[in-house]
Amino acid sequence: MNAPVLELRNVAKTYRVKQGLFGKAKPLNAVNDVSLTLNKGEVLGLVGESGCGKSTLAKILLGLEAPTAGQVLVDGEEIGGQGRLALARRIQPIFQDPYSSLNPRKTIADIVSLPLRVHGVGDATSRAKSVRETLELVGLPARVLNTYPSQMSGGQRQRVAIARALIMHPEIVICDEPTSALDVSVQSQILNLLNDLRKEFGLTYLFISHDLAVVEHLATRVAVMYLGRIVEEANVADLFDAPRHPYSRALLNSVLTPDPSQGVPDTQLGAAYPNPINPPSGCHFHPRCPFAQSHCKANAPRPVPREGGHVECHLHDPDSPMYRPDFTV
Amino acid sequence: MNDTATPLLGVRGLTLDIPMSSGVLHAVRGIDFDLHRGETLCIVGESGSGKSLTSLAIMGLLDKNIRRSAERMEFDGIDLLSASRRQMRSLRGDRIAMIFQEPMTSLNPAYTIGDQLMEALRLHRNVSREKARARAVELLEKVGITAAASRLGQYPHQLSGGLRQRVVIAMALMCEPELIIADEPTTALDVTIQAQILSLLVELTREMGVAMILITHDLGVVARVADKVGVMYAGELVETGPAADVFGKPLHPYTRGLLRCIPQPGKTQRGAELGTIPGIVPSLIGDVQGCAFRTRCPHAIDACRDAIPERGTPPHEFLCVHPDGARAAEGEPA
Repeated sequence: MNAPVLELRNVAKTYRVKQGLFGKAKPLNAVNDVSLTLNKGEVLGLVGESGCGKSTLAKILLGLEAPTAGQVLVDGEEIGGQGRLALARRIQPIFQDPYSSLNPRKTIADIVSLPLRVHGVGDATSRAKSVRETLELVGLPARVLNTYPSQMSGGQRQRVAIARALIMHPEIVICDEPTSALDVSVQSQILNLLNDLRKEFGLTYLFISHDLAVVEHLATRVAVMYLGRIVEEANVADLFDAPRHPYSRALLNSVLTPDPSQGVPDTQLGAAYPNPINPPSGCHFHPRCPFAQSHCKANAPRPVPREGGHVECHLHDPDSPMYRPDFTV
Repeated sequence: MNDTATPLLGVRGLTLDIPMSSGVLHAVRGIDFDLHRGETLCIVGESGSGKSLTSLAIMGLLDKNIRRSAERMEFDGIDLLSASRRQMRSLRGDRIAMIFQEPMTSLNPAYTIGDQLMEALRLHRNVSREKARARAVELLEKVGITAAASRLGQYPHQLSGGLRQRVVIAMALMCEPELIIADEPTTALDVTIQAQILSLLVELTREMGVAMILITHDLGVVARVADKVGVMYAGELVETGPAADVFGKPLHPYTRGLLRCIPQPGKTQRGAELGTIPGIVPSLIGDVQGCAFRTRCPHAIDACRDAIPERGTPPHEFLCVHPDGARAAEGEPA
């Protein structure tokens, strides 16, 4: 269980963004010094608000964006040296919107077999066999082979996307909001399927979602991202039962469980999400943090280890003047 | 759902039919509900259940090809079925306001938010520019926008999604409406912003005594916001009642099925198999008879093909052939 299949070492991605027509380009740190480890069979949930860098991180892992700094290692090998093809064999994506991620002019058989053809795996007969097997695996009948995406429901399309991702037997699947576009009753079917496939094939998932209830349900470990940094990382039980970072707590508070005896929660996040081009000084979270002091404004927190991960907050740093060992938010 | 006082909005037998090349699509099939002043009704359902069309039907904003009929549809004594387009126009944005899902599309990108905020008030109330401006600033502050006066000159694209939705809410409140219809108002927003916008809506409707119909697919939103709940499936309200009753003792098999589909922190065991509702929503084209949920219901019997009796005791009612909504069959307490 404990061999790292994917490792990120101090990965950063900086875009240069122009302010206005003649403005000078300013750096935007979409991903800022991120180190993460995914062990075999794990599901790492990645949560955070829009604009925090989740999707940029996913693009780096898929080889769609090159990191500006740092290393990405798959099975201990750096992927910078490997081509896109070699990477695609090992890491496959499932995207949010099954309406736009499938080519409407191709049949399901074409869509699912494309990875095999791109990688030159097998001949036509063996590919057809492989497609049928994979479709069966994701719960689609063989009769859909010659249909088009437009003839399918959202849930069926997402099953096609999963089949396409799995046909190359990847080690790692990047699930970027895989159920956000689906209805509740369909979402649960897809989540069950992803969970079953993981158990059966020992797959490793990076599971990106804004739905914390879903992440809590599926993930084994969770990383909380804020303005390009992983501000807290922990095992799922530790993070959901005892969040350390005030931002993690605010995110957890904002989950609306279907409990009519409770009202709408107060997240205590006063200010809006900051502009990533001008991130706040010190701890990026300080303008929205109910516990912030002047120390937070001046000094960036360093990662402090916690069970199964780390947390970046002065309240948990023994070397900080704000250290409160008994602090649980 | 009948109370003694005259409701602000009363709907009986609302039916929406859409003629298609392959037959008539019965999108909404005879729904009833009452809404009193200050109450919040949440209509929850999956895509295609007819919940958005219902809200458009109340506003009189349906496409021309959709046929609307009802036994009764009254807003504060005004018969919405016979109201002229002119009457509807004077109601909309004034006494009935709307909030839609995507704030970028409900704001005009070519006008400043100040112009857009003031437009409704100037149109319906014939007030001076100065007064309208003062009201706009007051409301922007009320919805929690800082430096409100300086925001009036900004364009929608200069604001974040959460701020835009606050502007849309402020716009809806400009004429002090009696009814707000909000269709998925927080679906496009982050969870943290969602919580802020929802608490804002709850607070404002309470404070101003505004009635609200909130349309959503999110059961968490419903539970936290609703006074009354209507669960919609295939064009019918299959279960209606006070939020505490519907969530505490869901009577329709579909309502229970939906609640089992979502992971509930603290209740659902992490990583355990989630409940599912097998099958798909039936086609509503042509003759639709009996319970539309029977094809997906584990308790379906032959009688489900016939007319379905209305059961339960007001205000908690449901549509099912089983007197207890098959709760006993699922081992749920009566």
